[in-house]
Amino acid sequence: MEKHISGPITKEEIQSLHAGDYVYITGTVYTARDAAHKRMYEAITEGKEPPFDLTDQIIYYLGPSPAKAGQVIGSAGPTTSSRMDKYAPLLMEHGLSGMIGKGKRSPEVLQAMQKHTCVYFAAVGGAGALLSKCIKKAEIIAYEDLGTEAIRRLEVENLPVIVVADAEGNNLYETAVDDYKRTHHFN
Amino acid sequence: MRTIHTDIITKTIRDMCIEANLHLSPDMERVIKEATKTEDGPLGKQIMEQLCENLKIAEEEQIPICQDTGMAIVFVTVGQDVHVEGGSLAEAIHEGVRQGYTDGYLRKSVVRDPLIRENTNDNTPAIIHYTIVPGDTFELLLAPKGFGSENMSRIFMLKPADGEEGVKTSVIQAVKDAGPNACPPMVVGVGLGGDFETCAILAKKALTRDLDSPSPLPHIRKLEEELLRELNQLGIGPGGFGGKTTVLAVNMETYPTHIAGMPLAVNICCHVNRHVKRTL
Ligand code: SF4
Repeated sequence: MEKHISGPITKEEIQSLHAGDYVYITGTVYTARDAAHKRMYEAITEGKEPPFDLTDQIIYYLGPSPAKAGQVIGSAGPTTSSRMDKYAPLLMEHGLSGMIGKGKRSPEVLQAMQKHTCVYFAAVGGAGALLSKCIKKAEIIAYEDLGTEAIRRLEVENLPVIVVADAEGNNLYETAVDDYKRTHHFN
Repeated sequence: MRTIHTDIITKTIRDMCIEANLHLSPDMERVIKEATKTEDGPLGKQIMEQLCENLKIAEEEQIPICQDTGMAIVFVTVGQDVHVEGGSLAEAIHEGVRQGYTDGYLRKSVVRDPLIRENTNDNTPAIIHYTIVPGDTFELLLAPKGFGSENMSRIFMLKPADGEEGVKTSVIQAVKDAGPNACPPMVVGVGLGGDFETCAILAKKALTRDLDSPSPLPHIRKLEEELLRELNQLGIGPGGFGGKTTVLAVNMETYPTHIAGMPLAVNICCHVNRHVKRTL
């Protein structure tokens, strides 16, 4: 089903999303990948505040290529989510509600998503030029020294993503391939 | 004796880095377009169309096809009658990468130390493989390699008794495990034979082979075709959301090996399989 949602995302909106939904996101999302996750995780475990209030926010696992003059951002597609699996449950405990990336998640992440009512979206990997067109504003808000891995606040318009795992424990990666094989008579 | 100046090498590598990240080779573009026509998975078809649109935007607006503009892998084939003048050949290549990634607004994705992880901020060093041949040729082959797919690559130290079946089972296992993480549809580079490191280099080199030229060895070509067919029966599809396009091509390279072994490397690449070749 096609849906339009906003970032940040409310718990009610999350409950209306199901694995397999094709979703367009408009509003605010934050970028963070490996190095920024490690720092946020360390800050929180040391009892410090994360660099932005995580409540209801969506994190896009993205390290963009540099913007040229006149561009908002360079190429901007998702990176592999599993590298963030170690850190994601703690961020969800602190309010994180959505994640955009690509690829499989660990059982721990999927369980934490159900516990904290969180959603995991995939954007199309390797479509960074196309996806960059949906980003209208980009501003570094933390960890500037990390370069491409700094945390950016993005304003996005109709960013196309697919719900892979919903808050009820459904997982599109587990069902889609079997469904295709069954309907196309692959053994 | 032929003399080549390092300035030319640097300039060529610079241009190759930019070119490789903005356009795919014609053979890669062709297989992506063909697969877009034949794909019948509902989400799969939509994703293939987005990939075509993405290539068009990259080309027209000079935005890198993917934000992971890779680590620069360079294969240098140098004739033994060539003299390189002007300084170190390796440094000339690193300088080309430095200039290409900076001038081309490409992402700097290299850290100096695997544990300390401080970005070098210019995407250097490159990874360089040299082959020395008779004559005075000088050829550069550059392949920016993304790590979403690199991380899903595997080495299997097979036994001679495992035979062709063992090769197939291992390649299929690697692609299955890679699944949605490696940005399918993938290109699969297979290196068979040699020793532990040789098979890995062969697998990487295999990814750069033109998709219109299958292996010249009949039994290997047959294996490439069978693997392509069987891998596309896995149903993983574009983005991992189901479909008939899991793999765009399988390229296999071989080398003689020891009586006791059959090393196999599977280097997985995504649909953004970039490579550019230049002869100086
Ligand atoms: S695996 Fe390939 S397409 Fe996917 S993010 Fe990496 S370089 Fe881009």
